Formats: sequence, C-alpha cells, structure tokens
Amino acid sequence: MDNQIMEVDIACVGFGPAMGGFLTTLSRAVADEFGETLLPSAVMPGMPMQIVCYERADDIGFGVSGVVTQARAIRESFPDLKPEEIPLAAPVRQEKVYYLLDPIGASRRSSGLKIADRLLKLGKRLLPVRDDAYELPYIPPFLHKKDGMIMSVGQFAQWVGGQLMGTGLVQIWPGTPVAEPLFEGDRVIGVKLADQGVEKDGTPGPNFLPGMHIHAALTVVGDGPVGAVGQFLDRRFGFPEGNQQREWAVGMKAVVELPESCTLPTGSVLHTIGYPEPEIFGFFYVLPNRMASLGIFVPSWFDSPCRTSYRYLQHWMMHPAIWQHIEGGRLVSWGAKTLQESGKRGEPFLVGDGYARIGEGSGCTNVLTGSGVDEAWLSGVQLAEGVIELAKAGQPFNRANLERVYVQRRRESWLEKEARIAKKARDGFQRGFIPGVIGMGLTGFSRGHLHIPAQIRRPREQIRSLEAFCANRVSPEELVTLREEARAKGVPVFDAVMDRLGWPKIPCDGKLLVSHQDVLLMGGKVQAAAGFADHVAFLDPTLCRDCYPQLCAEICSGQAITPGEGGGPPQFDRDKCVHCGACLWNCTRGRLDDPERGNIDFRAGSGGLHSAEN
Amino acid sequence: MSTGFHIVVCGSLVPDPLQTLAPVQGPAGPALKNELMLPAVLDPFAAHSLYEAANLAKKAPGSKIWLVSLGNKAKLQQLMMTVAQKVPFELVPLDGPASGFTDSFEVAAALAGAIDKIPNLDRSRLLLFGGCASASRDAGVTMQMVGERLGILDQFLAVDELKVEENGSLRFLERIEGGRYQVSVCSGPPAMVAWATGNLPEPPNNPQIGMQNMRAIMPALQKAQPAPVATSGITFASVTLPAQQRQTRIVKDASVEEIAKEIVAWIKE
Repeated sequence: MDNQIMEVDIACVGFGPAMGGFLTTLSRAVADEFGETLLPSAVMPGMPMQIVCYERADDIGFGVSGVVTQARAIRESFPDLKPEEIPLAAPVRQEKVYYLLDPIGASRRSSGLKIADRLLKLGKRLLPVRDDAYELPYIPPFLHKKDGMIMSVGQFAQWVGGQLMGTGLVQIWPGTPVAEPLFEGDRVIGVKLADQGVEKDGTPGPNFLPGMHIHAALTVVGDGPVGAVGQFLDRRFGFPEGNQQREWAVGMKAVVELPESCTLPTGSVLHTIGYPEPEIFGFFYVLPNRMASLGIFVPSWFDSPCRTSYRYLQHWMMHPAIWQHIEGGRLVSWGAKTLQESGKRGEPFLVGDGYARIGEGSGCTNVLTGSGVDEAWLSGVQLAEGVIELAKAGQPFNRANLERVYVQRRRESWLEKEARIAKKARDGFQRGFIPGVIGMGLTGFSRGHLHIPAQIRRPREQIRSLEAFCANRVSPEELVTLREEARAKGVPVFDAVMDRLGWPKIPCDGKLLVSHQDVLLMGGKVQAAAGFADHVAFLDPTLCRDCYPQLCAEICSGQAITPGEGGGPPQFDRDKCVHCGACLWNCTRGRLDDPERGNIDFRAGSGGLHSAEN
Repeated sequence: MSTGFHIVVCGSLVPDPLQTLAPVQGPAGPALKNELMLPAVLDPFAAHSLYEAANLAKKAPGSKIWLVSLGNKAKLQQLMMTVAQKVPFELVPLDGPASGFTDSFEVAAALAGAIDKIPNLDRSRLLLFGGCASASRDAGVTMQMVGERLGILDQFLAVDELKVEENGSLRFLERIEGGRYQVSVCSGPPAMVAWATGNLPEPPNNPQIGMQNMRAIMPALQKAQPAPVATSGITFASVTLPAQQRQTRIVKDASVEEIAKEIVAWIKE
C-alpha cells in the first residue's frame, strides 16, 4: 500500500511554547483583520498559506509542566496579557529558596555538606532554619523571576491553541505522531506521519494505514528534547563543532489541590536544593484556586544508580518544609518530562534547506536562570518573523535564507546573549554538588566570564555501579541477595536498596501519596492508542542481556519498562509510558557505531499523559 | 433519483472520562470542578454512532453525514481537531452548555431546531443517529425527543447493529434485558437510531480526511449560533460521582481462573 501524499505550505512538528510563538506570530501575518489573504498558499492557489501542525499527544497541552517564567517574550506577543486570563496562571508574588536538611538520615551527603548541615542545626536559633530547612537570605538576581508569572504550561498551550484555531488560519492536529523527516538529498521536503494499524513491532496488521507523507516548502521542528524528528536530524547532520547533548534531567511533577490550612499566597515560588539527595532540585508554585504545581528534577549528573524519580518525589513531598503546606491536600494530576540541560552547548544546526528548529530541542534553554519556556516562545517568534520576511519577498526556505532571517535574528537577541553567559554555568556539577553550586554562582555573578571547568561526560559515564554506590553500607553478599529477590519478582532492585539504605516506606494514603501504579490513573489515565508501533525499542538485545543494572527500568517514570525476564532485554508496556524520554539518556550501554547514543531508540508514538492541568 | 442516506448524528463533548472529576455547586447549579480546563472527548455513545454512520455511508454511495453538536464553541473547536480526522462529516455547531446538567427537553428542542434548518436535508432519506445515553449525565431520553420533534415515528433504542437489507428495509439489533437482542425491522428511513456501543472500532486518524473536513468545519464554527439552554425548570437535589475503589498489585503469570476467583472474592468483601 502506497503512502498518501498531502501538500501543505508549512508543516510543523510538535505543539509546545516554541510552536505557540511561531504560529501566533505567523498567523497574524497570513491574513488581515478583514480576512483578506496577505500570504497566499503556493499549494492551494487562491487560499491563504496552508499551515498544519502535528502534535503527538492526544490533545494539545497534555503532559507538560508548571513553570515560573519572566514571560518577556510572551508579553511582547500579548502586550495586554493579564495572567488571570489564562487558567491556572498568576503573577509571581514571592520567591524563596530553601536548602533542605535531611530529617531522616538516609540522604547521601558529602563530608562538606555534613559539616554544613551540622552547623545549620547548631545555629538554628540564630539562622532562619525551620522545619529542617534553611531559607537562603539572598536570591541571586540571575535566579529571580521578578515581575514574572507562574502558570500551567498545559493550560497556556490550550489558551494559545484555542486562539490560533479560532483564526481559522492554522490547523493543529493532536494524536498525530510524526515518524521522521522526508529528504530529497539533504533538503527536507516534509515529514512522514507514523504508520497506523501495525503490530507493536511495526509489522502491518489488517487495518494498516501507512503514514502519510506531508510535503511542505518548510518543515518547522519543535518536537522537544526527545522528539523523533529532531533526533533524526541530529543523527543525519550531527552537531556543530564543540556542541553535544550530554546533560539532561527528568522533571517529575504533581498538581496538588492544597488543603485549606495552607497559608501560602497565590503566586508563591519556592525552590529547594539539598534533599532527598543534594543533586535533586525541587519546585513548588502556588497557582490560583488553591492549586499547586510541585516536583523535582533528577539530573544526569546525579551519579547514583538509584534513580527512582517517583520515590524521590514522594520523599521530597514528605520533607517537613514541604509537607506542612500540602498535608491534607489531594493529588490531582501527575507527570514527567525530560529536559535538555545542555542549553547553548546542545544547540544543533538550527536550519538547513527546507527546515528550521525551534524550542527546547534547538538548545534555547537557559541553564543558568533555569528558564526555558520564554526562550522557546521567543525562538518560535523569531523564526516566524523570518518566514514572513521570506514569504513576502517570494524567496525560498533554503539554508542561506533561513540563516539570514532566523539564525541571525536569534544571534542578535537577548536569547543568544544570555545563553552565551549561561553556557558553562552548570559544568561544576560534573565535579559534585558543592562545586556545581559554586560554579553557578561564579558564572552568574561574573556574567559568564568565570566557571568551574569540567569535562562533560556522557550520563552513563557518571553513574556509578550499584556495588560502588553501596560500598561500606551494604555488603556485596547482601546486594546479591537483594538482586536475586528483585529478579524473581520482576522488579528493579533499587527500591529494596533504598529501603536497606534507610529510606522509609511511603505511607500511601490513596489521596496525596499514592502508589506508582495508581498515579498512572490520576488526572487522566495514561494510555496509548491502539494500532501504533511501540515507540521505545531496544536496538541490540545482546547489549541489554549483558546489562546490569538495567537503569532504563529504574528511571522509567511510569514503570512502563521492567527488567527482562530471565536476563533478557527489558520489557516495554506502552500503555504505561508517559513519554518522558528518560530511558533514552539513562541507557548504560553505548552503541559501537555511535558512542553518543545508547541502545534505546525513542521513536514517534501515540498516547501518554491525559491531563491539561499540569 | 438520489440514493444513499442523509445521516444526522447528534453528539457533543464530555469531559475526558480519564480525568479526575469532582462535582461542585456553582452559582448556576451543579458543575464539575475546572470543567472548562479539562480536556474533552466526543461523548463515547455519540462517537460510536458517528463511526457507524461513516460505515453505513461508505456502503451506501450518495450518503452524507452531518454532526449536530451542542457545546461550548471553543471546546468544540478543539474537539473537532481530533474527531474530524476520523470520518468525513459536515458540522452543525450550536454554541451552548454541554455540561449535562441541563433539561433534556430543552436540549432536544435546540437540536431539532438546528436539524430543521439544515439546507437540502432530505427527510425521506433521513436517519437520525445519536447515543442511547450519554456520558454527560443526561437522562437518556434526548434522542427520542429529538425524533418526536422531527416527526420520526420509527425509533430504535440501544442499537448494536444496523443492516440494510436488499429490499431497502433496515434491520436492527436492539439490546434488551437479559443480555439478549430484539430484532426489529422497518421499511426504511426516516428512522431514529439511538446507538449503544455498536461493533466498530475507533477509526484511525487520517490527516487527509481531517484536512477535507476542516475546510468546512472552521467556517461553520465561526458562524455557530448561540443556543442558550434553559435550566430553570430543574432542581438538582444532590450530585455525586460513582464511588471508586482502587487497589493495585502487580502479579505476573496468574491464570484466568485465579484472577476471576480473586475478583469474586473482592466483590463479596
């Protein structure tokens, strides 16, 4: 069966903040206020430019996150923007940063941190230490989100998407994964949608519908840090010299309905460091209507093989400094996502013949200020301005033209200038938590002139073996026993190791603290549409067979990956996958033909989270 | 002489049933917390009837499908981006509440009024489709009332199958008590068919169908007529969600018999 072909003018992949900025700006130039066409279609004469955006998730705004942002670029697009117009958005009212002490004694802390912890506990009468948390008396200006806003990116995406579709000039198709770009030589001529009616391994079934070929003069790629099209381009074209994507994090968050006893005002922004492990950062944003978006980031430079984000999230929630605000509340929604933390260093080739890249996958996240949504939005706006310029002049979307109208614009903007300052801000974390924090401070205060140098290693080169990690705490013999017991149960060993290391069991109450399996049912059950192939594939089973421990199963946010039975490759259940993509960069087996890649392919797939409240 | 059916499907949006739903008392009566923020899907019963309509239209050349939808315009627009990829239809949107906390009589009047105004609708070929019930908390009587207002006397409820016989008559399988079917036959359209779940799977997303549909859907949405549905005649004594109990365990390689036994024991508790 042949692939159907459809012609459009601009094909867009992924609908997030970057694509929101792109489509908002472009749609305003396609027709005037009376509906008269300003930018005509080349493929449908007489019609306005045909702009179609394909989104993998079952609806726009599913499975993203709560953010705090200065919203500089967003406000430029919407000069009269009032946060209250967007559901679950509020202006930033107060910002606090806490260093969390370890109230249970299970956290793995360096000698330096142990000394600091003791000093803080001793001086708690003199210092602002309460509820096992030290409130930093000063927040550096580069971390401030002054005059900014907190919001649910899910609701923001819906708000933007609704306005876009209301114009009738843009089509955004959810539930439509894009498999790969289409090439003619090195020119991108469009995209291929994922095949439907196939078995899990991609074999055509009785209802086989080959993925449609969408031909377009310009393909805009904004499919995020682990998007299939972006990865495909990276593999084909590589990265500019000196650039690489080796730093990642998985962000796991929850939306909680706060108890009436919570006194934090709407607009409160709390950030934490230090607990449950020093490398794990926490955030707590108080949204309108007694809702809060809260969670943690587990970064790739966290060297522990115990990487169960969900369990760490629950331990963090139960820290006295957090628990006092949420006890008695209700978990409304939950989710996870990979963050591309290489920032400017992870920037791929931004343009080529027939394509341009925007958003997080284009390396626009600022790793010093911890800001990405506004930068992503701006990258989309800048591309749209360039596209409008070319379309009006009747010039083609080739590499040279896109370099001139988009890349040049980006280079001259605050996005690039601030990204250059931030480029090496987090290098110190390669050496440990304390050097990392000092390095960020150095970079921030020197405006990028100073940093703590370090070699940026691949994630798998940083993660220690379980035996090394447990040395002097759990005997090798006991580890063997724990491993055998876990293998018999078909679960990762790390939960048992964390128990053994002193982490208490989570007292699940079914309301705020729920089991990992049950959380997949909260706020929109995780599911996958039938008829698509599995999007997580283990490329070389022999590599997986020899892999111990299988960290992909450990990091898996939805318990969709479980250890292989009988020592075989891990098993994948896509009905539980939240598409966070953490398995991709937590694979401990490098490929012989490409050491930057692991043995896991993360492809275009359907399903995932089903909540827009995140 | 023209052939095929003119199939009008009534169906609107409901909050995605996968969401956590919490009833609240709003100023205008009962509502769901954050309902407008929750993603929506086409009412599952109506969705089945739409898929059945598409299947029937494919077999009867010359047929045409309209989807008459009463709901919040902005949410309808978003919903159509998914639904319009599945089957070809023309949208007749009505901008009004779809909360389900409305009077079925009023909803039926709005729907029938909109159907009455569809240009070139051939009543002699009309099949009125919809769900036999709704996931939006209605009383399961709306479709009958729409049919009555349109003067359709042949009405079939909880239908799982419709077969067009060689002589043009329509043969239905209607669900009745005891897990059995009642076989009913009528000579042909017009007829009202309130579908149960039917037998068809959800069609895959087809972008080409989506593009074709949206060229007409977007202008139709922009011209959607307001359809205020009065609720003044109803008083809700109380509103509750079905109680849920959830216990999760991971057990591998359990036999079907073991699972069945455990479920029975759990129900008996």
